[in-house]
Amino acid sequence: MGRLFAVEIVYRGIFQKTLAKNISRAIVLAAHQEGKPGISFGRYGDSPERNGVPAKNFAIVATDDQTLEEGMAKYEPKEVDISIAVDDTLCKGVESWAWYGLQPINRLLKPGGTLIVTSREEPEALIEMCHRKEYPYQLAIVKGIPSFSGLWVYKEDHSDVRILGAIAKVLPELFSLESVQKAIRAEWKDELKATSAARSYERITTVTVPPNQGNPEEPFKFELPKWSEMREGVTIPAIPRGHAMENTATQQVGGWQPERNPTFKKFSTRTMRPVVDFDTCIKCTLCWLQCPDSCFDVTPDGLYDANMQACCGCGVCEAVCPVQKCVTMVNETQFRDNDSQWEMWNKDKEGYKKWLLEKIEHGPGPQRSHGFRYRGQYEEQVPEMLEIAREG
Amino acid sequence: MAQAVASLEQQADKTALITGSEAIAVACKLADVDVITAYPIRPYDTVMQYVAKLVANGELDCEYIVAESEHSQFEIVKHASAVGARVFCGSSGVGWMYAFEALTVTPGLRIPMVAMVGNRALDDPGAFGVEHNDALAVRDLGWQLVWVDNPQEALDTALIAYRVAEDRRVFLPCAISCDGAFLTHSQALVKIPSQEKVDAFLPPYNRGDLLLHPDNPITVAPQVNEDWLMEIRRQTAAAMERAYTVIREAYAEFEQIFGRRYGNPFFEEYQTEDAEIVLVGMGTLSTPVKVAIREMRKEGKKVGFVRVRWFRPFAAEELAKTLGRFSAVGIIDRDFSLGSPYLSGVLATEVRAAMYPAAKRPPMLDFICGLGGREVTLPDVKKMSDIVYHAAEGKPQPLTQWIGLRE
Repeated sequence: MGRLFAVEIVYRGIFQKTLAKNISRAIVLAAHQEGKPGISFGRYGDSPERNGVPAKNFAIVATDDQTLEEGMAKYEPKEVDISIAVDDTLCKGVESWAWYGLQPINRLLKPGGTLIVTSREEPEALIEMCHRKEYPYQLAIVKGIPSFSGLWVYKEDHSDVRILGAIAKVLPELFSLESVQKAIRAEWKDELKATSAARSYERITTVTVPPNQGNPEEPFKFELPKWSEMREGVTIPAIPRGHAMENTATQQVGGWQPERNPTFKKFSTRTMRPVVDFDTCIKCTLCWLQCPDSCFDVTPDGLYDANMQACCGCGVCEAVCPVQKCVTMVNETQFRDNDSQWEMWNKDKEGYKKWLLEKIEHGPGPQRSHGFRYRGQYEEQVPEMLEIAREG
Repeated sequence: MAQAVASLEQQADKTALITGSEAIAVACKLADVDVITAYPIRPYDTVMQYVAKLVANGELDCEYIVAESEHSQFEIVKHASAVGARVFCGSSGVGWMYAFEALTVTPGLRIPMVAMVGNRALDDPGAFGVEHNDALAVRDLGWQLVWVDNPQEALDTALIAYRVAEDRRVFLPCAISCDGAFLTHSQALVKIPSQEKVDAFLPPYNRGDLLLHPDNPITVAPQVNEDWLMEIRRQTAAAMERAYTVIREAYAEFEQIFGRRYGNPFFEEYQTEDAEIVLVGMGTLSTPVKVAIREMRKEGKKVGFVRVRWFRPFAAEELAKTLGRFSAVGIIDRDFSLGSPYLSGVLATEVRAAMYPAAKRPPMLDFICGLGGREVTLPDVKKMSDIVYHAAEGKPQPLTQWIGLRE
């Protein structure tokens, strides 16, 4: 019985599809340089991919054909040696548009396996976002902004080969740096990429995440019905209309909170979320009107509170808001919960203001991986990415 | 000739990391197909993408026509084939169903079309995982139907399909079934043969006296009534009957030229020599079944597997003889036939019919499993094997059981 290796690449649907596929292919090709057979495939249940919705690719490699077949006998691997997140906001979990619920980013990681994340955050921040595991695992950070590499006209930023170099370091049994470089030269015919892989190999550092450290929340899940319990005719009930909201402090009742989809939440769809300054809001209704996902709850006092069950982080509310810094998009890495901002504001208006300013003024701005915040953001980020690739 | 073949064998194959769909596209290139029509539906559309790429890169010189629907897609290649073009097309699920009228008339006109069916569940509601009912829907119409289980076999079988379909003794269309996701979307290392090998194996398409051309004035498909139709059917049936021989010949020569051996073309036997019971199935479920068999054999359970490749023509006598050797048989259907005898799947119904005249008829159970792309798991395979063992021991079992269902 030989050894089986499994690597998953978790990415943002459509935008990072080519990037993930390139990484997955190159893993198999690099291992093939050492005579190891392998296969590469995307999780079919994630497709057709929706914009920004988390999706997965897998590379399965073995030391011999028979062991590979054993790996292939389970379509989606039950455990992996390495999980790769090419966007750090995915550390919050993976909710495909299929009926999987919210899967922790490290769900499939073996004890002692490595989670590789492309991020500019410190390890502590990423660990806080990841769900707790009962056993220890490794966390390795490849410094970078979530990449669009390989998508249409977006420039090559070497994210793919930097991740491959990191793999050679954390799991040398899978393939050596030399094999990675050989595969890069054969597949891309690019010496610079081979150099980037080597740099990443040299610089990558890992930290051990001890047991039970991280997000203590139970990931969102649901039970699917048995065949005999389902309604006939492929019929499901409509989402109920909704109800008025209540201000628990003043007992004021009014406004409107629509009911939300009971099984599909958007906790991990977003890469950024709106932060609302309720003190400067002029109640013009534009955010509520223009939101493509009807994510705004109307409060009894006529304010608009973005509900995190329904917000996909598109940024339309920020774009249409006529008041400066009333609605501001902030990167999802800056939040640890999905609570109501309006309720926070209700309880402590001064505290809320402080929190709000801290988020919009001191936190990093929203980063690409799910569209851009404003026109020209990509052009600004290209030199930044080059710098990171050079300096690490 | 013998010397020529020997020198071909020494030509090294190139290895590429490609999906089953890409393997079919590569076969189109190697077969130098003249006319390709396309209309997108997943999982077939992956072939369409790869073919388009080959055309765009100048690697494949063909007419590449994106039709406005599957019906036109299949009509266009039907006509192109009639005027002597080697053709390729394909579809999936309800797309294949939308082409149904074109599919029905193709065999009778003796059009050697090769199509890829990326097996997909028949909607509603937007299910695109594998189920074999789409391809099986044409089983009574004169289409040759073959199932493959890995990208290498997909490439090889596409070349064989052209050779068989375009043989003047056959001239019938052939659909190659590739399981959605498991085959169409999974990249594996595939050996790509040299053009010389393919040219030695696959002669040019020669439509002969049936060529629709001004120099050969003929009419194809004039109006016929009750005074013609039975004879037309009988003629097509004779062609399908001859296909058995032509398929055997093609596989034998394939082995000679390419050096890859498939054994019995019609079905693959896995660890059947000493098996007490066997499972029967089609397509990529072979992977979990084979791995589970290896595990079960460690526990002393002698289970074998028979993978049906060619469903049309169906090797009834040979299969019946093989299955008669075991004390019980379990058929895994990745399809279902509503209201059929014993409420079974299509494959089980056919195998039972094939077994009726056989001297030895072991108990035969049917399992409905893996519909709509649901994974056929190792525990599923073990559960099915246990049930078949119970039947072998004489304990009565329901004739059809659903495996992996939420119940």
